[in-house]
Amino acid sequence: MTVKLMQGNEACVAGALRAGMKFYAGYPITPSTEIAELSAEALPKVGGKFIQMEDEIGGIAATLGGSLTGLKSMTATSGPGFSLKQENIGYGIITETPCVIVNVQRSGPSTGLPTSPAQGDIMQSRWGTHGDHSIITLYPSSVKEIYYTTIRAFNLAEKYRTPVILLLDEIIGHMREKIEIPENDDVEIIDRKKPTCDPSEYKAFKVKDGDIVPEMAAFGQGYRYHVTGLVHDETGFPSGNEHVADKLLNRLIDKIENNKDDIVTYEEYLLDDADIAIVSFGSIARSSKTAVDTLRSQGYKVGLFRPITIWPSPEEQLVELASKVKKIYVVELNAGQYFLEVERIAGRHTQVGKYGKINGDIITPEEIVAVVKEDQNA
Amino acid sequence: MPSELVKNYFRTQNLPHIWCPGCGNGIVTRALVKAVDSLGLDKDKVCVVSGIGCSSRAPGYLDFNTLHTTHGRALAFATGVKMANPELKVIVITGDGDSSAIGGNHLIHACRRNIDITTVVFNNNTYGMTGGQFSPTTPTGDKGTTAPYGNVDPNFDLCNLATAAGASYVARGTVFAANQLEKNIIAGIQNKGFSFIEAMSTCPTYYGRKNRKGNAVDMTTYLKENAINKVAWDKLPEEKKEGKFVIGELHSIERPEYTEQYDKLIASLRKEG
Repeated sequence: MTVKLMQGNEACVAGALRAGMKFYAGYPITPSTEIAELSAEALPKVGGKFIQMEDEIGGIAATLGGSLTGLKSMTATSGPGFSLKQENIGYGIITETPCVIVNVQRSGPSTGLPTSPAQGDIMQSRWGTHGDHSIITLYPSSVKEIYYTTIRAFNLAEKYRTPVILLLDEIIGHMREKIEIPENDDVEIIDRKKPTCDPSEYKAFKVKDGDIVPEMAAFGQGYRYHVTGLVHDETGFPSGNEHVADKLLNRLIDKIENNKDDIVTYEEYLLDDADIAIVSFGSIARSSKTAVDTLRSQGYKVGLFRPITIWPSPEEQLVELASKVKKIYVVELNAGQYFLEVERIAGRHTQVGKYGKINGDIITPEEIVAVVKEDQNA
Repeated sequence: MPSELVKNYFRTQNLPHIWCPGCGNGIVTRALVKAVDSLGLDKDKVCVVSGIGCSSRAPGYLDFNTLHTTHGRALAFATGVKMANPELKVIVITGDGDSSAIGGNHLIHACRRNIDITTVVFNNNTYGMTGGQFSPTTPTGDKGTTAPYGNVDPNFDLCNLATAAGASYVARGTVFAANQLEKNIIAGIQNKGFSFIEAMSTCPTYYGRKNRKGNAVDMTTYLKENAINKVAWDKLPEEKKEGKFVIGELHSIERPEYTEQYDKLIASLRKEG
């Protein structure tokens, strides 16, 4: 058992290494830089590779190249860099290239308040790249959870052959907490399924019966195949056929949306008898949790619903929640991004309100308590 | 019947290619494949990476590990591939716009690192895929659909750019002198480091038509008559270089190769540990 005082960004690297990360390509940006620094230090010691690329786009491109060549790969960035990476995140989606993209969010738009926290990339993580697609976005809220969620991000990337977005924010990225890492843990590690057939029979983008995604060969292993960002058929070669496009693009959405039971994770706190719910995630969920305790002590039946999988959203769970409570408050460090999703899902069943902030300051438990009390007593 | 070369190295089921009649890209692709063939490389250990544009469609026709990426990013993807598995022979196929406009940053940094990637630029002096806009290699004054009155922009000398940025092997060839181009590509692949080969190609459909350069034969003849070999070029007085350009091996030096240096770092750290 290792007990350590660890920073969030440090826990992310530790989790990535535990998951089997062997390749990191990135570009320095506050507040994610420690992830690059620690990867640069750790990877060569385990025979892995680190490269600091010339820009953010190069960071994601090399990450995808590393993954296609068989290594578990990661890159990390913050809002401005995440924007620059978007085109190639779409490339990762259509070519089904597993990788983890960490976005330690900071205040925006543009350079904004570069050292201040924000949760402003909730929608960018869903719709940042162009075209119709689905995406997996995870958002832990403590140092320990960053460690395990990073492992899970790699597992989901490998299992579903897709880029997985790991959202952190400046607060949890830079926060230090005690973390216990067992020496011999029983953490599940998932590796992409590789082909075993004769190379002449390999169809690089055909899904075998009973599988979720195609088997993935690494470059250099004898399966000479083609990877393209164009719409392609099961062989991997481009096609302009509408049926091929329909089949591929819907399969890429369905492989995620049809497996929400496996992908969606969340925490429920004091919701059993609650008639008021707060929906909150990342660092702000911690303020929300304390606010729930305070409000409970004052007689309010409040609970917290904390999505850990942000996308695909926990739709079923939010509908159930909405049927039990008279109001949901979405508390997030932005102007109301996830509120749009919660209101879409829960708005037909209950009242949905929002509280947010975009001035670089955090949201305190006291503010949340005041907002709920004022509204409830109005 | 396809030749042995075509049968051995092309994905014949994907032919015919999409290139226009008279396009020089087929000649450059053939020179590249002949180079691979004469070096006897294992096809399983060759990875051909491209970006977006006419030339970048070539990997789809070639029977190697092939990666057709996003516009300008071929070298960044290729850097990831080479780092992840330095045993692979990584070859990048790119165009003039792909490599030096949208991908210019990746180009100079790949040169700087001297990473063992061979880059072949199919330079047709235009954005062909999008219909003939001027590119960074369109000569000043020439026309493109976005330069209807003639291009005001000065044009790049890509080989000088690669040399200055640190590439350890730099050569220029043409689709007329295809055998020499092939020799330069062979030398490029053999070079342990970043190799840059500019292949002067022809686009009679857009660049040629817009600039009244004649048909494919006229444009190839132009390349024949105005390309001067490095040895002769060096002896030529300045006034006779006007309107001409130099071809052949332009630059070749020894420099530490990037992935080799990184592997040494790994070895030293693991020895300590």
